[in-house]
Amino acid sequence: MSTAAVAVRAPAHETGSYLEHGRGVRSWLFTLDHKRIGIMYLVAISACLLLGGVFALVLRMHLWSPQGALVSNDAYNKLFTLHGAVMIFLFIIPGIPAALGNFVLPLQLGAKDLAFPRVNLLSFWLFVAGAIFFLVVLVVGGVDTGWTLYPPYSLESARGLGILLALSAVVLTGFSSILTGVNFIATIHRMRPPGMGWFDMPLFLWALYATGVIQIISTPVLGITAAMGFLERIFHLGLFMPEYGGDPILFQHFFWFYSHPAVYIMILPAMGVVSEVVSVFSRKPIFGYRFIAVSSMAIAIIGFLVWGHHMFVSGQSRWASLAFSFLTMLVSIPSAIKTFNWIATMYKGAIVLKTPMVYVLTFFAIFGVGGLTGLFLGLLATDVPLHDTYFVVAHFHFVMVGAVMIAFLAGLHYWWPKMTGRMYHEGVGVASAWLVFLGFNLTFVPQFLAGVLGMPRRYATYAPQFTAHNRLSTVGAFVLALGLVVALAGLLHSLRRGRRAPPNPWGAASLEWTIASPPTHHNFDETPRARGPYDYSGLHEVSEDAGWVREEGR
Amino acid sequence: MDATAQPAPAARHERSRFLAVQFEDMAAQLATGKLGIWLFLANEVLFFSALFVSYGVYRSHHPELFRYASQFLDWRMGATNTIVLISSSLAAAWSVRAAQLGNQRTLIRSLVLTVVLAATFMVVKYFEYSHKLHNGVGWGTACNPSPELLASLPAAVRAIPVPAHLGTFFSLYYLMTGLHGIHVLVGIGLYVWLIVRARRGDFGPGYYGPVDAVALYWHLVDLVWIFLFPLLYLI
Ligand code: HEM
Ligand SMILES: [Cu+2]
Repeated sequence: MSTAAVAVRAPAHETGSYLEHGRGVRSWLFTLDHKRIGIMYLVAISACLLLGGVFALVLRMHLWSPQGALVSNDAYNKLFTLHGAVMIFLFIIPGIPAALGNFVLPLQLGAKDLAFPRVNLLSFWLFVAGAIFFLVVLVVGGVDTGWTLYPPYSLESARGLGILLALSAVVLTGFSSILTGVNFIATIHRMRPPGMGWFDMPLFLWALYATGVIQIISTPVLGITAAMGFLERIFHLGLFMPEYGGDPILFQHFFWFYSHPAVYIMILPAMGVVSEVVSVFSRKPIFGYRFIAVSSMAIAIIGFLVWGHHMFVSGQSRWASLAFSFLTMLVSIPSAIKTFNWIATMYKGAIVLKTPMVYVLTFFAIFGVGGLTGLFLGLLATDVPLHDTYFVVAHFHFVMVGAVMIAFLAGLHYWWPKMTGRMYHEGVGVASAWLVFLGFNLTFVPQFLAGVLGMPRRYATYAPQFTAHNRLSTVGAFVLALGLVVALAGLLHSLRRGRRAPPNPWGAASLEWTIASPPTHHNFDETPRARGPYDYSGLHEVSEDAGWVREEGR
Repeated sequence: MDATAQPAPAARHERSRFLAVQFEDMAAQLATGKLGIWLFLANEVLFFSALFVSYGVYRSHHPELFRYASQFLDWRMGATNTIVLISSSLAAAWSVRAAQLGNQRTLIRSLVLTVVLAATFMVVKYFEYSHKLHNGVGWGTACNPSPELLASLPAAVRAIPVPAHLGTFFSLYYLMTGLHGIHVLVGIGLYVWLIVRARRGDFGPGYYGPVDAVALYWHLVDLVWIFLFPLLYLI
């Protein structure tokens, strides 16, 4: 079978990094290298974060005064819809898995690439197409339905072209997400190196695995629902619109069958990042490894059974509400298990307050509050008055911004030396973490209070008694934005001025830190043998510039 | 760089040109590809499932509507298509076996047979759709069956007044069979691609992953139809 003509030339050991492997725009846009695709995702989602962030600042400025300070009511509705849609579909869902996960997953496995590099590239381009559709929505006049797109309002003909484009964008980004999930699961299943059983994997991989399961099972339902809505709007099928004999509640069921699990698509990878960082910067093996690993899967599974807690007041049967309320309580248990294990990991550890760790500490504080307020919303009796108030807004921003975005920043700083080969400036990084933390709390704590007092969400104006809450919140939003700008500036500055990164600047034990920073095109010359990802024995710091090395033979 | 750590040069020579760089050997590549396609099929099942759930919900709300509306569907056409599709699945399975055995002629023949049967399915579907649309049976609000069609129904059915929102049933009918039909068309495309590659002699005992993967997909398309046929035609 083998002739010299078919045989592939044995690649020589490479020395240049993946950044130098091929030049020019095309070598990036059509690359199959998971690292470059990860970087392109990183740039794309950061741009989306910037766009969504600008929307948010306009919203907050508008809410400076009770009757609205800046834009028309109609524009306000469109702005909060696009803010939500961009942040959720284009930043926070793809954020950690597609950008950091793409880069890190094969490296942690000692693999040369993902299982399906072409699928990976396709997934990226589907994402870009979806993002462009959302931009076009903006151009054709926007949508004012909220990111939840509930019919009948959303599918009335008065909504125009925007809603059709938005639904198409949801389908495109959905397929992008599904393909990423398929790729990650297949890679983790089949490409683990010798010496790495399931319970020897870094917890970030467990988190991505559980995320992949959710992506594959829930996202297609959103896709087909968006497609049904699209056709309903054009052809009046009578599926979701009562005037044609349809059932709008069914849309809500389908929507939340995706969108509740989607919150775990966001938080599980974030928890994965936290598990890595907390162990490395406490210089202690992670506490309760198996519990953290298995609780990721538990969250993935139970998370499918709780969607009805978004519909307590939508006309769902009382018994269904009762069951959903109970299951919601149940799903918070695995999250709590993780939190306790992280705290126990830090106990008597030698904690190093580098930027990733500072971000992670703020994560603990904020995720604690976000998760606990979820319980109030999951309990039937308390949710009925709190539903659709600013309490809900504050809850989900605590978990999405305060937990997921902060974990994203932690992970970004943690893996930045590996991605770019440069060390960022610690002082700037820590300062950004503090600004983000303070700004965040200033923005969203007042919203909890306003929500408890009954301020409803999604209105362009509000009762004057809430003025103080809203002004504090607006000031907080600018502090938060400043923190993000400082973080970005620090990272970008390091690209030119940063110290060269050693292979292992943190003294971490997982496989990605055994190769050069930045890695070569093929990552590993030979498939490495894995050892415990949290086994720090024998690692010691040579110097700041040379980083940590492992003394073999211990 | 010590030489002992590198695979022997002979092993390098064995590397098939179909083996992607990230895999150690063909067996690993095949197994991974197969897992990937199974995961993709899980996603497909969920994709259809929302339509099946909608079907369940609307049917439990309006059982009489569903019983009435299914009179408009011709179970003979549906049954024919069921047989056609099951036969094509057999041909697909056959093609996998032929590739594994390296039997080039059987491989190409069975692939061609699969395509022919799939195309037959679509032709029957075309006649069904055009007959309905011709008689005013569209979807949603566009469903206004012509008097001739109503007159052709069995007497027992004719006695019942046309229920409101008849179109909802046909919305589901067109959505479900339409989405399924799109899958059949994609399948035809994939099989044509396989035929081109098979004629080039790409497949054999050492490399048959694509034939296997497309066949798995095709069996799922078949399976979906096996649920659609009784749910739509036989109620
Ligand atoms: C840890 C346990 C959690 C519980 C018990 C919980 C519970 C709830 C409940 C009951 C609601 C519905 C409130 C209402 O509309 O009246 C809700 C809303 C929401 N939650 Fe959570 N949640 C939890 C964690 C999370 C996480 C981790 C995220 C995201 C990363 C998240 C994101 C959201 C979002 C986006 C909404 C509002 C959707 C909307 O109406 O626009 N939640 N949560
Ligand atoms: Cu939820």
